[in-house]
Amino acid sequence: LHARILTSPHAHAKIKSIDTSEAKKVDGVRAIITGKDYPILFGIYLGDKPPLAIDKVRYFGEPVAAVVADSEEIAESVVKLIKVEYEPLPVVGNPLDALKENAPLIHEEMEKYSHISSIHPEPGTNIANRTKIRKGNIEKGFEEAEVIIEDQFSFPPGDHVAMEPRAVICEILPDGIVILHSSTQAPFVVRNLLSKFFGIPHEKIRVISPKVGGGFGGKAGIQLEGLALILSKSVNGKRIKLVNKREEDLISSPGRIGFYGKVKIGAKKDGKIMAMDILYVFDSGAYADYAVNISRGAAVSCTGPYNVPNVRCDSLCVYTNHPFATAYRGFGHIELSFAIERALDILSKKLNIDSAQLRYINAIKKGDTTPTQQLMDDSTGDLKKCIERVKELIKWDEGQYIKVDENRVRAKGISCFWKPPMIPPNTDAGAIITFNENGSVNVSTGVVEIGSGTQTGIAQIVASKLKIDISKVNIVSEVITDRSPHDWTTAASRSLVMAGRAVIDACDDAINQIKDIASSILKCPKEDLDLKDGKVFVLGDENKFLELKDIVLGYVYPNGNSIGGPIIGRGKYISRFLTDIDKETGKGEPSLEYTIGAEAVEVEVDLRDGNYKVLKAVCVIDAGRVINRKIAKNQVIGGMEMAIGFTTTEGFVFDSRERVLNFSLRDFKIPRFSEHPEYFVDFIETPQYDGPFGARGIGEEGILGIPGALSNALSKAVGKEIKRLPITFERVFNIIKE
Amino acid sequence: MKIFEGFFEKKFNINGETKKVLIKPNETLLRVIREKLGLSGTKIGCENGDCGACTILINGLPVKSCMILAIEIGDDEEILTIEGINDEKIKNAFIEEEGFQCGFCTSGFIVNTFALMKRNPKPDVELIREYLDSNLCRCTGYDGIEKAVKRLIDK
Repeated sequence: LHARILTSPHAHAKIKSIDTSEAKKVDGVRAIITGKDYPILFGIYLGDKPPLAIDKVRYFGEPVAAVVADSEEIAESVVKLIKVEYEPLPVVGNPLDALKENAPLIHEEMEKYSHISSIHPEPGTNIANRTKIRKGNIEKGFEEAEVIIEDQFSFPPGDHVAMEPRAVICEILPDGIVILHSSTQAPFVVRNLLSKFFGIPHEKIRVISPKVGGGFGGKAGIQLEGLALILSKSVNGKRIKLVNKREEDLISSPGRIGFYGKVKIGAKKDGKIMAMDILYVFDSGAYADYAVNISRGAAVSCTGPYNVPNVRCDSLCVYTNHPFATAYRGFGHIELSFAIERALDILSKKLNIDSAQLRYINAIKKGDTTPTQQLMDDSTGDLKKCIERVKELIKWDEGQYIKVDENRVRAKGISCFWKPPMIPPNTDAGAIITFNENGSVNVSTGVVEIGSGTQTGIAQIVASKLKIDISKVNIVSEVITDRSPHDWTTAASRSLVMAGRAVIDACDDAINQIKDIASSILKCPKEDLDLKDGKVFVLGDENKFLELKDIVLGYVYPNGNSIGGPIIGRGKYISRFLTDIDKETGKGEPSLEYTIGAEAVEVEVDLRDGNYKVLKAVCVIDAGRVINRKIAKNQVIGGMEMAIGFTTTEGFVFDSRERVLNFSLRDFKIPRFSEHPEYFVDFIETPQYDGPFGARGIGEEGILGIPGALSNALSKAVGKEIKRLPITFERVFNIIKE
Repeated sequence: MKIFEGFFEKKFNINGETKKVLIKPNETLLRVIREKLGLSGTKIGCENGDCGACTILINGLPVKSCMILAIEIGDDEEILTIEGINDEKIKNAFIEEEGFQCGFCTSGFIVNTFALMKRNPKPDVELIREYLDSNLCRCTGYDGIEKAVKRLIDK
């Protein structure tokens, strides 16, 4: 059976009535449901969202009713027969307006919502979370400063635009087992939340996550799965399929967050930053979803990768009548980077210090502390080296403002970035390896392949640990919650790091078992054994060996006697030393590791019409250790291009009633082939002591610094400070004309 | 030939085989290829002609199959989908140069590249742009795709 949804044409309105009588008469309709049929509230951190709107709609595109029918065509035509009567309510779109005292409340009953302890909603307002950072003495910091700048930066919400829209298939077997095929990055989160909100035991929910056509955070948390379960329930557990249309994927399902930032920086004349006073206001849209943790993440790293002794930051997650936001590549850090990096360029101008030099002077290093007063340890990446290498690659010292001819200029902008994985203190990963008759290996983890190549990285780790050819490593690609080992979520650039550690552990476990058996057959202590080329051999005498294939499923002596049995390597990992942060000061240890780097771009702008092209984009990351250079480089490049779209064209456009105007890919422009710049990517390698082979996460990082670097370059080119994204050609034209 | 109310029997010449299916006049070629001919390599990205994930070849020319009705296809027109493209050189170039990450847009890009190389094995920048600007990729930043095409040109 196929399902389709009816969505709201209003951004904020009371639902006065829903009439499904005409729709029900159509042949082939199996069920029509509305929010009141299943009054349940979901949410990964804050339970604020019904699968279908109840009593009122809070954003344009919100699902209001759903139809299950024999075919997609019938479902689609029947949706149009459902009559909903609305009474429009006052709307609020700008998150700053949502903070005003007389602002319409998006959630009147916030105090009734369940939430996890590390977020702090403020009932009676539109604030879904407030995170505070208090480090050092902010007043004293500004007293000591000789130069102070303050400015405001913002961008509207947008979307991930993964090429594959979200899809789910759900059925409930007669014995109550729920089987969900879902395009999810977080099969275990889906299972846990469905269990929690529907009261179904975990073992009775099987979430199956195949290869997912692009995630970028948009398929983390819980997406269509709750609605799919309800729809299947409404037809006695029959298998239903719900696939987002592109338009729904853009606005009905969550997108990326909108942002406003006010940054005040005080510095000495020599460029040393003394204090930062920061306000971040995130436009969560109608529901909290991941946004409450995004605002928290931005607070944790609020200063960017700089040593700032005195910090005050309030980071707010605010409800509005915009489409709601979920995790997005960068998770609070692309946002804070844009604000901080723009502010630093404004500061560098006022100080008359080269903008790369200003960053170099203040670059965070080993022994410094983060805004949460967490110590940067021996694993701290080398930001100064990253800046130096970026400068080389972009040819910084050949000039940052070059006139090409009377109409065109070239300008360069630089930016630094950092990001820890924003994860719960108990983030885990498991791994299981089993063997086949020919000695090849099956590797099972909970990592979903979303295009980041993590499964390839894991295969390399296994091949190098077991010293076998990578062609002998079979990655079990599909994640199935009742047979794959538990894994928090494929997100936060932590999969290779954590699952990588678990896989190493599993390999060690298997090697130990292999050597145990081999030592009795080869008649030597197991410490004298090693593995190579699919063999276990005696150190110092390679002629004494056994083929792995003859051991891994049990060894058979010539007379038929057998020992051992199938070897199963078990591996586990859990994040270490992490804590929540203090509600009043933000003090704590929330960050497992920081990936640090620098980026730069060169643009050519035509000052007559505002048209510009990004010529070069450079990124240098301290990756700890690069496991697969090609994959690493291409992940970074993908992030850079996504950020170019983010900076230049992407973002929702709203009318005066906060309805989205550009909800198709015709109007919501993402970069095309011929728009891509020449990319330069390089890595510095300061090992991460607790990373697999010293590696750190790098999946998100390419995106982080580009909005800052590109807007800095464009500001330089036009000679005015650009403070709002996206910077379309038309906006550049208007800024020049101002 | 009309079989019964609303349905038509239609013959398709697809990937070198002749197939007969029942279709309705409002069905797009994309949906017929996926749902009636069982060839799921052609992807649904937007059904609005914007993303190119559904690109196929009709008589050697790339077409977005979401923008054409199945009933418009003539009996003798040759349809080629990703399943019918057995060009190892192109596929290997995409693998070697990492012309894909999540893989969802890849069918469309390979189909387009195949058509491009057939038209001109040494295409200039403008022609490459004309062929590849019609498709969207969100993962690769187009760098791997460009390198894959350049690798083919150099061979």
